[in-house]
Amino acid sequence: MQNLFLYFLLNSVFCLLMVAGTTRAATIHVGKHDNSKSINRAIAQAKPGDTILVHGGHYREETIQITKSLTLIGLENPIIDGQQKHEPVAIKADNITFKGFTVKNSSHSALTDVAGIKVYGVKNVSITDNVLDNNFFGIYLQNVKNCHVENNRLRTYGETERLVGNGVHAWKSDSVTILNNEIIGHRDGIYLEFVTHTHVRKNLSQNNLRYGLHFMFSHDNEYHYNIFRSNGAGVAVMYTQRVRMEHNRFEENWGDAAYGLLLKDITDSYIEHNTFVRNTTGIFMEGSNRTLIEQNSFENNGWAIKIFTSCMDNTLRKNSFIQNTFDVATNSGKLNNTFVENYWDKYEGYDLDKNGIGDVPHHPVSLFSMLIERYPAAMLLFRSFMVTLFDRSEKMIPSLTPENLKDDSPLMKPLPIKTEKLSATGNSEVFRRRKGVEE
Amino acid sequence: MNNKIIKYVISDLLRNRTVFFYTLVLLALSLSIFFIEGNVDKSIASLLNLVLFVVPLVSIVFSTIYLYNSEEFIALLVSQPLKRQSIWLSIFVGLATAMAAAFLVGVGLPTLIFAYSLSGITLVIGGLLLSLIFVSIAMWTAVRLRDKSKGIGLAIILWLYFALIFDALLLFLLFQFADYPIEKLMVAVSMLNPIDISRILILLEIDLSAMMGYTGAIFRDFFGTGTGMLITGLVMFLWIALPLLFATRFFKRKDL
Repeated sequence: MQNLFLYFLLNSVFCLLMVAGTTRAATIHVGKHDNSKSINRAIAQAKPGDTILVHGGHYREETIQITKSLTLIGLENPIIDGQQKHEPVAIKADNITFKGFTVKNSSHSALTDVAGIKVYGVKNVSITDNVLDNNFFGIYLQNVKNCHVENNRLRTYGETERLVGNGVHAWKSDSVTILNNEIIGHRDGIYLEFVTHTHVRKNLSQNNLRYGLHFMFSHDNEYHYNIFRSNGAGVAVMYTQRVRMEHNRFEENWGDAAYGLLLKDITDSYIEHNTFVRNTTGIFMEGSNRTLIEQNSFENNGWAIKIFTSCMDNTLRKNSFIQNTFDVATNSGKLNNTFVENYWDKYEGYDLDKNGIGDVPHHPVSLFSMLIERYPAAMLLFRSFMVTLFDRSEKMIPSLTPENLKDDSPLMKPLPIKTEKLSATGNSEVFRRRKGVEE
Repeated sequence: MNNKIIKYVISDLLRNRTVFFYTLVLLALSLSIFFIEGNVDKSIASLLNLVLFVVPLVSIVFSTIYLYNSEEFIALLVSQPLKRQSIWLSIFVGLATAMAAAFLVGVGLPTLIFAYSLSGITLVIGGLLLSLIFVSIAMWTAVRLRDKSKGIGLAIILWLYFALIFDALLLFLLFQFADYPIEKLMVAVSMLNPIDISRILILLEIDLSAMMGYTGAIFRDFFGTGTGMLITGLVMFLWIALPLLFATRFFKRKDL
C-alpha cells in the first residue's frame, strides 16, 4: 500500500512537472504589450519545439533567423518589414511552421537571391497563410525536403525581369507541396529546377513578367487545377520526364513568344483535361516525345498546337478544337505523331453510319498555316478570298501540307469537358482585405 | 444637292426588283448562317466572306447598270435649270442610301440582333462603307465610259481587281520581299484596297489571339491605336470622296 501511494505521488509529481514544463516553454508571446518586443529575441530565448505567437504590429528587425525547430504564428496580421535592406525571413532548421504573417520589402540583389522567406537546406517546413508583398523573390526553397507552401498571396511590382525574382522558387528539392497560392507580378510565378516528387495544385499565377510556371530538370512532378493567366510568356516546361499536368487552365497568354504551354524536351508525360483559352499559341512542342495529350479543350487560340518535327510518338486523343484561328501548325511535311478521335470544329466530313466518328479523315494543317510559318507577314491576307481559294485547292490535291498528319477518326461532336470551378477571385479578395488591414 | 431628285431616285430604287432581291438574298443568307452556326464568332467569319465578296460586286455592278439605264432621265434633268453638280451628287446620295439600306436590312439587322458584339459592329460598319465606296466607284466609271457594255465590263474588272487580283499581287510582293522588313509597307499597301481594310479590321476582332503574334502585333499597333483608326477612317472616307469628286468634275464638263 505504501509502495503504491509513493508510486502515485511520484507519478503525479512527474506529470505535473511535465505539464508545467510544456506550458512554460511552449508559447512565447511577441508584441507591443508583451515582454518580448522582438521576434529575433524571442527566437533566441526559445527552445526547439516551442511556439512563438506574434501579435499585430510592424516589426522592423534585422533578418529574422529561425534556427530552431519552432512554430511561428502571426496573430492579427503582424508585418515583417525588410525595409528594402535585408532578407526578412530566413528559415534554417528542420520542422518549422511559419504561419499568418505579412512579409514585405526585401532587399534586391543581383548577386544573392534574396527572398521574402528563404528556406535553407532543411526538412519539414510549412509556410502557410502568409502575404508576401513587394519582395525580390517570394518564397525560396533551397535544397529542401518535405516542405509545404500553402495559401500564400504573393505580389510584387517590378517593371522589368531584372528587377523582380520568382514567386515560389524551388531548387534542388524533393517532395514539396505548393498548394492554393496566388502569385502576381513576379518574374516566374512558380519556378522549379532539379525538383522531384512535387505537387503543384490549385495555384493562381497571373500577370507575371516571364512565365506563369517554369520548370527544368524536374522529374516526376504533378501539376493539377492551376490557373495560368496573362503571363508575359505563358508557361514553359523544359528538359523533364514523367510530368503530369491535369485540369489546369491556360488563359490569355498573348504575344509572339508567349505560349499557353511550351514543351521543350518533355518525355513520357501526361497532359490531360486542361483548358487552353485565348492564347496566341495553345501548346508549342519541341523535342518532346511519348507524351499523351488527352481530353484537353482548345478554344479561341491563335494556334491551338504548334508541333515541330523534332517531336515523336506523341498521342493527341479526344481533344476538342473549337474556334481557333489555326488548329495545328508544323514546320515540315514529315511528322510521327498520332492524332486520333479529336473533335475539330473545322471538320467538313460526314458520318453516314452514325457512330459519332467521321467517315473521312481530317487534315488539321491548312496550307495557309504552313505559309504563315514561312512568311509571318502573310497573316495580313488571312480570310481573303485568295487565301480561301488556296486552302480549298490544297484540300482537294494536297501537295505542301503533311500527308500523314491527319485524324482518321475525328469525332462529330466535342466531348463534354468536366469544368471544375477553380476559385481564383476568392483569393484576391483575401489579398485585398489583408492589404486593407495593413494600411 | 436637290431633295426632289434624291427622293425620286430612292423611291425609284425601292421599287426596283433587283434591290429587293438583293436585300432578300442577303437577309436569307445571314439568317441561315446565324441559325446554323451556334458560335457567334464563327458566323461572323462566314458572313465576312459574304460581305467582302457579294456587297462590293452588287454595289458596283448594279449602280453602273442603273446609271446607264437612267441616261435619258439624267439628260432630261440637265436640260432643266439645275446645277450639274447637284444633279450628280443627288443621284449618288439616292443610290448610296438605297444600297446602304439594303445592306443594313439584309446583314446589319440580323448581325445586330444575333451578334451584338464589337466584331459584329465592325462587320456592319465595314460592309456599309464598302457599299458606299463601290457606288462611288461606279459613278466614276459610268461617267467616263459612254458605252454601256464597256462600262459594265470595267465595273466587273474593277471588282475582280479589288476582291482577288490585288490580294494575289500582295501575296506575290510578300514572297518576293520576304527577306526584308516589309510589314509596315504591307499595312501601307493594304490601304490601297478598301476591301482589305475592312477585312483586316474584322480580322483584328475575330482572330485576336493569332493577331497578337509578332507580325500581328505590328498590324495591331497600327489599327489598334487611335491614330491608326483615325487614318483608317480617313482613308475609307477618301475612298468614297475621291471617285465621286473625279466623277462630278468629269460630269460637269461632259458633253451629253
